[in-house]
Order: sequence, then C-alpha cells, then structure tokens
Amino acid sequence: MTTLRVENLVKSFGGRHVVRDVSFSVAPGEVLGLVGESGSGKSTVARCVTRLTRPDSGRITLGDRDVLAASRRDLRALRRDLQMVFQDPYSSLNPRMTAGALIEEGMLVHGLEPDRSARRARAAALLETVGLSPADLDRHPRSFSGGQRQRIAIARALAVEPKVLICDEVVSSLDVSVQAQVLNLFRDLRERLDLAILFIAHDLAVVHYLCDRVAVLDQGELVEIGTREEIYGSPRHPYTRSLLDAVPVPDPSA
Amino acid sequence: MSLLAIHDLRVRLGGTEVLRGVDLRVGAGEKVALVGESGSGKSVTARTILRLDRDAEVTGRIDFDGTDLLSLPGRALREVRGARIGLVFQDPLASLNPVMTVGWQIMQPLVIRGVRKKEARRRGIDLLGRLGVRDAARRFDDYPHQFSGGMRQRVVIAIAVIAEPDLLIADEPTTALDVRVQAQVLTLMRELADERGMAVLLITHDLGIVANFADRVVVMRHGAPVEEGPVRRIYASPRHPYTKALLAAVPRIDGDRDRRLSTVEMEDR
Repeated sequence: MTTLRVENLVKSFGGRHVVRDVSFSVAPGEVLGLVGESGSGKSTVARCVTRLTRPDSGRITLGDRDVLAASRRDLRALRRDLQMVFQDPYSSLNPRMTAGALIEEGMLVHGLEPDRSARRARAAALLETVGLSPADLDRHPRSFSGGQRQRIAIARALAVEPKVLICDEVVSSLDVSVQAQVLNLFRDLRERLDLAILFIAHDLAVVHYLCDRVAVLDQGELVEIGTREEIYGSPRHPYTRSLLDAVPVPDPSA
Repeated sequence: MSLLAIHDLRVRLGGTEVLRGVDLRVGAGEKVALVGESGSGKSVTARTILRLDRDAEVTGRIDFDGTDLLSLPGRALREVRGARIGLVFQDPLASLNPVMTVGWQIMQPLVIRGVRKKEARRRGIDLLGRLGVRDAARRFDDYPHQFSGGMRQRVVIAIAVIAEPDLLIADEPTTALDVRVQAQVLTLMRELADERGMAVLLITHDLGIVANFADRVVVMRHGAPVEEGPVRRIYASPRHPYTKALLAAVPRIDGDRDRRLSTVEMEDR
C-alpha cells in the first residue's frame, strides 16, 4: 500500500511559523481535502510534500519511502509517483509545446515508453481519459480554453502513472460550467485509477463534492480532520463552523 | 420609473461585438445581480455604463435618472461618476493609491465637491467605523498596505459610497476575499444599501452570493441577457436552459453528493 503520510510537519519563513505540527495521511483510492483561507499554509504543505520547499522538521513518507531523506536519484522516482497539478493552466503549460508533446514529456523523462508511436498512442488515450480527443495532440495550449488546458495538465500528470496526485486550487480559476467538467473528471479518475488525491482548495462546496475526508487548516495549524460527514454534518472546531457558516448557498430561501 | 434603464446596448471592442443588445433596468433602491461566466459581457456592461473603455464603439441608450449617459459630455459624466454612481472593483489594491492615506482617499469625493475638510473627515471616520473597521479614527491616517485584503475592500466601498450615490456598481467585489470576509463585506453592502435606499448593480460569476443579496437577477451569456426575474423565481424555477445548467453546475455544501454536476448545454469556451 502506497499511502502518503505526513507527520508533525513544521515550516517557518523568516521566523514566522506557517505550518505548525501538521499530520495527515492519504490512502490509495481516497481524496483528502485540505481546506483553509489564504495564509493558512495549505500550499506550503503541498510544496513540502513535493520537495519544492524544505520543511524545518517532520516526516513525509510514501509507502516505505522517506520523501525528505530521498537522494537525488530516489527523488526522480518519487517525483514520478507524486504528481502535482497547479491552479493556473495558463502558466503551467509551455506554450511552445503541443498537447501531445506536453503529455509525452514525463514519459520520456522517466523512460516509460521508449517507442515513439507507442508513446503517442498513450498520449492520445490520455487525452480521451480527460475528455479531449486524439485529434487535439498537435494543438498548442493557446488554442484551448482554460478548462481544456487544465485537463491537459491533468493528463500530463497522469501520464507517468503516479500514486499520488496533489492538486493545488485546480478549479478555482475556472468558470462554473468548466469547473463542473473538471470535478466530474476527478470523480471518474478516482474510481478508475487507484489514486490517492490530496485536493487543496478554499471552496468548501467543491471539497464537499469531491472529497472523502477533510482536513481544516487555520494559520498553519490543523484544527480538525474527519470524514466528509463529520466535518460538514457535525463540525467540532469553532473555526470549521465559522467557515461553513460563511459559505454562500445558492438558494434564496435558505 | 427606473433609476437606470439600458436599452439595446451594443458594444464593439477592437472589432469584436462584445455586447449584443443588452436591456437592463434597475429601480431606485433595488439590488440587481448581473450573473454570467467569463466572456458573457457582464463586466463590459458595468464599464460601459460609466464609459470606462474609451476605444469602445457603443450604440443604444443608457438612461440614468432621465439623462442619457451616452450623450453626456465628459465633464457632466465625471460629475455623475462618483457623486451619483459609486464604483467598486474586484482588486482593492488596484483601486487604491498606495502613497495616500486611506482617509485622504475616502474624503476626496466630498472635498472635491466643496465639503469642508473637518466635516469630510468626520463623515469618513463615521462611515469607516460603520463598515466594521475597528478603531476607525486612528486607522484613518494609515496607508493601504497597512490594511488586510478585506479591510482594503471596506475602504474601497467607503470611497464609493461616501458621497451617497443613488447607485452602486460592484464588479466582483468579493472574488478576491476569503469566504468569511466575503460574507461580512456582502452583509455590510446590503445593509448600507437598505439604510440609504441606494440601488446596487452587483456583477458576479458566483450564484451562491447572489441568492442572499439580490432582489432581481439577470443572467447573461455571449454578450446578451438570456433570462431575468426575481431572485426566488430564478433559483426555484429557471426557464432558460442555460440558467438551469448553470445552477445545476454549482456544487453546494447542502447538496446531494451523489448527483453529478451538470455540464449539459455548456460549451467549453
């Protein structure tokens, strides 16, 4: 079992603690929502997990592998297993590459599919997985809409068959109709692939739709973690309650 | 009679028709939400009311309290802007002058209309306190960077409403704010509007915030309204397929999680 485990994570910038003793785990086939307001430390947690930022202390493991102690060589394999999708599909895709080349890049880096035509066939299949068409292989990012670009970014992450997908605000810049497509895609992927997904978001309604368990961060501190039913049905921490109370409900009679 | 009556508004920007015949009315004291996705033309509508896009080719009529804003000369238009129509945009930092104190900026709409400084200051501090800024008298002389995002947006609202406009146009005023701050700012805007009988045109992509704010909703798509009606009717029984699909695409915390979000009738553009 390749469960992602984060234990007692601490990170400070310039003497200010932005992550204080945070612990959680995400199992294969599970979506854990990490919610909080701006400055809560949720993105810093993601950056520590992918080793884009070095934490002050704590332990991060993927299965029996130690993420923080990984050597350069081990890190390469780890990065394959831990893929990340970012908020902005406009800046995270190289505009000079075609959708096909963007998806194939990871396979090449990790030596997954040495045969050229097999690689292209897999890129085509991945485009279909995310609801696009093999005919889109030779198109450049600028010719796609925001939602389509985000789906290319997801296909690109999936191309290396990761164990864990870390999604940082991946739908927050999308229109609701496009957001709905991407959220439905995540649901399908979760059922089809045995992925562990760490889904970082500020939108509690989005998290409610997608996540099995929810962790609530307030100023770097994990104040509550539980199943979706627990967090939304009977939140214990006053901070969680105040967040939920503020969520606008699209119903004038509510 | 409507305070604001837009008739067959058409706008071309750089050769592209971005508004294709908008009709819109806002009554005195009425809170109207203009809802749509990106590219629907909701922001262009707001900007065109105040003629903020200089290179836009505009046809149609925009009657504000009986005067056609489109035929108004520049000076008269500037008098309407700020005094009779207040404006709030999404990004409070971009709307504030970083080298002037927030107090100076809040007082400006009054000072340029001849209100004495002492009186302007008193009213400014009063309003800022009313908008939930604690210790308003002391904070009045602070600079924008000394305020948090939510507090800055309160300052922007104060600047927009200090001259007691008849209409407040707010373009995505809470989109950049955290959810708890968003709820506070919306409540304040609504209370202020109700107290003063000020009409509000709220431009937003967020169907959630509209439900508890607006009296009436106008749904826009591709540069034209597709449906409008009282807020309860729109949410309870939307008529246009696009409105239906839009409502069914919104995840909600009180929603049935097993129901898939609708993407029907949506184009991926």
